This record gives sequence, structure tokens and C-alpha cells, in this order.
Amino acid sequence: MDYLPNILFAIILFLGIGYFAKNVKKLIRNIKLGQDTNVSDNKSQRWKNMAMIALGQSKMVRRPISGFLHVVVYVGFIIINIEVLEIIIDGLFGTHRIGLSILPESVYGFLIGTFEILACLVFVAVIIFWARRNILKIARFWKSEMTSWPKNDGNFILYFEMVLMTLFLVMNATDIHFQAMNSGNIISQYIAPWFSGLSESTLHIIERGAWWVHIVGILIFLNYLYFSKHLHILLAFPNTYFGKLKPKGQLNNLEAVTKEVRMMMDPNADPFAAPAEGAEDEMPAKFGASDVQDLNWVQLLNAYTCTECGRCTSECPANLTGKKLSPRKIMMDTRDRLEEVGKNIDANNGEFKDDGKQLLGDYITNEELWACTSCNACVEACPVSIDPLSIIIEMRRYLVMEQSAAPVELNNMMTNIENNGAPWPYNQQDRLNWKNE
Amino acid sequence: MSEQLKVPTMAELMAEGKKPDILFWVGSAGSYDDRAKKITKAFVKILNKAKVNFAVLGTEESATGDLAKRAGNEFLFQMQAVMNIEILNAYEVKRIVTCDPHSFNCLKNEYPELGGNYEVMHHTQFIKELINTNKLDIKESDYKGKQITFHDPCYLGRANSEYDAPRDVLSKLNANLVEMKRSKATALCCGAGGAQMFKEPEKGDKDINELRTEDALKTNPDIIATACPYCMTMMSDGVKVKEKENDIKVMDIAELIASSQKL
Repeated sequence: MDYLPNILFAIILFLGIGYFAKNVKKLIRNIKLGQDTNVSDNKSQRWKNMAMIALGQSKMVRRPISGFLHVVVYVGFIIINIEVLEIIIDGLFGTHRIGLSILPESVYGFLIGTFEILACLVFVAVIIFWARRNILKIARFWKSEMTSWPKNDGNFILYFEMVLMTLFLVMNATDIHFQAMNSGNIISQYIAPWFSGLSESTLHIIERGAWWVHIVGILIFLNYLYFSKHLHILLAFPNTYFGKLKPKGQLNNLEAVTKEVRMMMDPNADPFAAPAEGAEDEMPAKFGASDVQDLNWVQLLNAYTCTECGRCTSECPANLTGKKLSPRKIMMDTRDRLEEVGKNIDANNGEFKDDGKQLLGDYITNEELWACTSCNACVEACPVSIDPLSIIIEMRRYLVMEQSAAPVELNNMMTNIENNGAPWPYNQQDRLNWKNE
Repeated sequence: MSEQLKVPTMAELMAEGKKPDILFWVGSAGSYDDRAKKITKAFVKILNKAKVNFAVLGTEESATGDLAKRAGNEFLFQMQAVMNIEILNAYEVKRIVTCDPHSFNCLKNEYPELGGNYEVMHHTQFIKELINTNKLDIKESDYKGKQITFHDPCYLGRANSEYDAPRDVLSKLNANLVEMKRSKATALCCGAGGAQMFKEPEKGDKDINELRTEDALKTNPDIIATACPYCMTMMSDGVKVKEKENDIKVMDIAELIASSQKL
């Protein structure tokens, strides 16, 4: 019977990590639904970007207030998680504060004291985050795409963190031996008096309760990630690694088009020649993207990484002037559609069954796509190297090259370029007239 | 004035057995748009003054295809690019300078994958080089003490991380340079990019150029400086919408430099 808590703990831990692993597998499967893209170049720059942008939070702090608060939560989260290691060992082996039997009391006290201070700071930062969302109502958290689940998701995460930090401090405050040791209880010594007058056994029950709810809470939170925008705490790292290295203004070259253009321009090419062996397979099904499978896997990783902070949308000139386009919504739509496709595959024995829907039209409208000025403000603003512009361009390509569905004025402009090499209907022979005007 | 402009074409130079040091890519706006043509001429005056051995393609130049690419028409872009590259390579062009950040970005970043490899400069970078190498001497300017605010073109700034060259050149005017709240990496687009210049904006509550003009007006400028023919159109229109066209001039950096030297 003595082993019952250990066994229970092991089962909970196994289930918690197991379910998370299952969802991570699904996540990777979904991301791999995207087209291949070569991101194997320039590894040293990629590691550097990851170190600077994800680990070093370099782009977060461009907005000082939210950036600073985020660093507090981020550092707190990482460091306090060292404590989880002790909790897991204690839970599995039935020990209590195993750290104390390994480390000198002063070192242990220093560590726990640090955790306590961080927990307190995280708690305060999270309260401010909550107030920014719900009391100050900062505009980017109240855009039209931030209703229902996305709105609740943002708050749930904050509640989770508040509860976890509270439990950690209560656990320490009601640990009689730890308080008696009087080392490392920097914050919890002020919480302990709240429980004075309770019997030792009651305190023990509260301490055990807090301990259990804390670790179960962490496991629930871990599993919550897959369903939440909070996935960024993991994916920010690969996403910044695979982020764009080329100048922001450089759009990718469509190789498939290059082949066709070369054929057309080659005077020796025989337009009636039979395609070379295997050439048929190389032909892309279509140009541009109308659904998530047409995007490349880095773009899909981008979608899962987006934490809906809305810095992109708050800098988007189209959005700032009341247009429907919101780069954040482009990312959210991509993720939602990708999840839908993933569920479709799960429900149909690993095979996607046409559901009559697609990213274009059912999620993202033409109106949004055509409102983009390709100014890269969203790309610049993103703290984790997401590139919404690349998705917009890929979908415009589909609209223009597969559907000829550009706005009339743009079709006129393109006809002019085709006919006379300028976006206006002027004769190419007049190109140098300015010289004598 | 205009008859004094020396604008040799590549074909003319080739016929004389000569080769220029640099090709001036005029671009479609610089060739046909009435306002942008003034920028083109101002830049040529600077080139002439600094005795730069340059040439233009003239009637052999065609749209870079940048607009088509941003609009999603990769076919048209690549057709234009391949045609232009054929001509540029036939003339063995090594260096290109252009007043249009969109052409600059396209030639510099998007032509190499299609076989066009050139050293491409924006005219603000080139003017900076002329000044630094003493080929262009900026004497006392008429703009001393004037309040000038610079609007970063997206395709020069964010797209290619060039924020300093235009500011360095402007600083030579002894003017009072004031930054807008949104500047450099966080500069707001003028609203023309991504082929927006050629279509009506989507439904919204304001035009982007109006919002950007408001940014500029907050600095109480005498002059709004630009470095892009499309920004020029958008900012000029914005100033008109705000009925400030009598108080505030919108000028390209090339025009500011040329006029400050009475060219």
C-alpha cells in the first residue's frame, strides 16, 4: 500500500507524457503535409538566429513593456522547471525534497529561493498580462479574429500560470520542515502565516494537495499546448532556425515556372516534343496555393508557432486603415485549416478525403489577399520569424496563374507589361522620351 | 536645361566601341510617370555633374516584372526577367543603379536565380558613394535649417535593410532632419507596394497614404523626402488630401541634392 502514490504518480506521468508525445507525432505529421523546401543552407547563421531570436528574445524586447514582462515569464518558466525534476524524482521514488539529501542545505535553499522569487515575478507579470488583455483592452488583443477560442485561450494560459505559481508557493509555505529550515523560503515565509493555526496534519494535507495538483497541473498544461497558441514555447526554436535568411524583399523563385519560361524562350525547343521520360511526374499539380498542402512545411510550421500576439497585425498598413487583412488571421486560418485536414486524415484511415473545403475562400478571402502591400511590416514585427507575406503571395499566385482571378485593374496592368513592357499603356519606343522633354 | 542632359544609351556607346561603368536602370515609373520623370532627370544631372560614365538601355529597357511577381503572376515576371537579363548580359553589364527601390530589390535579389548577376545600387547609395569619393561636392545648400522628414520606402528599408544611405545623403544638406514616430524598420508603407499602386484599395476606413502623411505631418516638415517614385505619388497625393500642398513639398533625395547644387 505504501507504494500506491508512487504507482499512481508513475501512471499519471506516463499518461501525461504519452498523450503529449502522441500529439507531437500528429503535429509533425501535419507539418509534413507541406511541400518540401530546402532549408539546409547556412547552418551557422540559422543557429545564430535561433540563439538570438528564440533563446535571446531579441525581437521580443523591441516593445519594451511586453518584452520585459515576457522575458520575466520566459526565464521564470525555464528555471522553475528545474524544480519539476525534483518533483518527478520525489514522485517516482517516494522521497521528499530529494535535492536536500544531495545538495548542501545552503545550495538547496539558494535554488528554491531563486525559484520562489521567479515564481513571484512570473505571477506579477502574468497579472499584468491579464490586465493588458482584459482591463486595458490593448487593441491588438481585441481584433475581429480574437473572439471565442483565441480570446479564451489567451486567458486560460494566464490562469494556468497563475495557479501553477500559486501552488508552488503554497506547497513551500505549508511544508513545515522546509519552513523550519528557514533557507530558501524567501517568499513562502510570508505566505506561511496565512496557514497558521492549522494543525500539522492539515498542513501536511494541504502541502501534499498542492504538490499533487501542481504536478498534475503541469502535465495538463503540457498537453494543453497542442490545442493552444501556447505551442510557441516549443516551436519558436525550430521556427527561428528555419526562418527566412534572404533579404525580406526577395520572394522565392518558382522553379516550375522557370522551366516553362525557358522552354518558351528557347528558339530550339520543339513545342510538340514528347515530354522526356519521367518529366510528367515533375510537373506540379498547380501553381501557387489554394490549400495548406500547397504551402511548404516551413509555412505550416509558422502557423503552429504563431502565438497570436498580433504584433504583425498592429503594424500592418492595410489593417491599420480598416481593411480586412490581418497577417495574424492568415496564420490562424492556416493552422485551423491544417488541423481540419489532419482530423480528416485521422478519421479516414490516414488518407485525406476531399471535404469540399480549402484554405482559399473558406478561410482566407480574396479581399484579404489583395489588400496586402507586401511591405514586410508583419515579417519584421514577428518576434519568432513567421512570414505571413509568403503565404499571401503563394495564394495570389494561385488566384492569378490558376484562376485568372486578379482584380480587373491588375489584369490591365499586367496586360500592359506583356504588350509594351510597362504597367501603363505607353509605347516602349517612348521609353527615353523624358530625356528631351 | 533638358537639352544639356547627357544620357547615352548602351547601344550608342557600343557603336562607339565604349562601355559605361554603370547602367542607370530608369524603370517604368521613371520613364513614363510625369512626376517620376523629374526624379530621373534630377539624378541624371547629378550623374552628369559627377562625370559618371553611365548609360541607359533606353527603348531596350522593359519592366523588371517586379509588379507582376508581387501580383502573383510569376510567369509574366520571369518572362520579363529573362528578356531583360538577355539584354543586360549581352551588354556585359556589371553594375546597375536605379532610383526605384522596387527595381532595385528585383534586380538585386530576384534576377540572380534567373541568370542575372549584377552589383545593384539604389540611387541614394550611389549618391552617397559619389560624395564619399569626392566626385560630388555638396556645397552650401538652400535647405539649411529646413525641417525635412524622410519616408523609408519599404523595398529599400525593410526589404533590403538600407536605412542609412538616404539619411547620410540628406545629412549633407545641413537641414534639420526629423524622424517620424514610425521610421526605419517600423516605417509605415505608403500604400503603393505589392501592386496596390495600380488598383483601388479594398474597403477600409482610410487610405494608407493618408495615414502615412499624417505620420509625416506630425513632424511639422517643410519637406517630406522620399526615395521611390511610387512613394512620391502616394505621399504627394496624401499631402493634397490634407490640403498642405502649398506648405509642404514632397521631394526625392535626388531632387534635393540636385536642386541644392543648383543643377
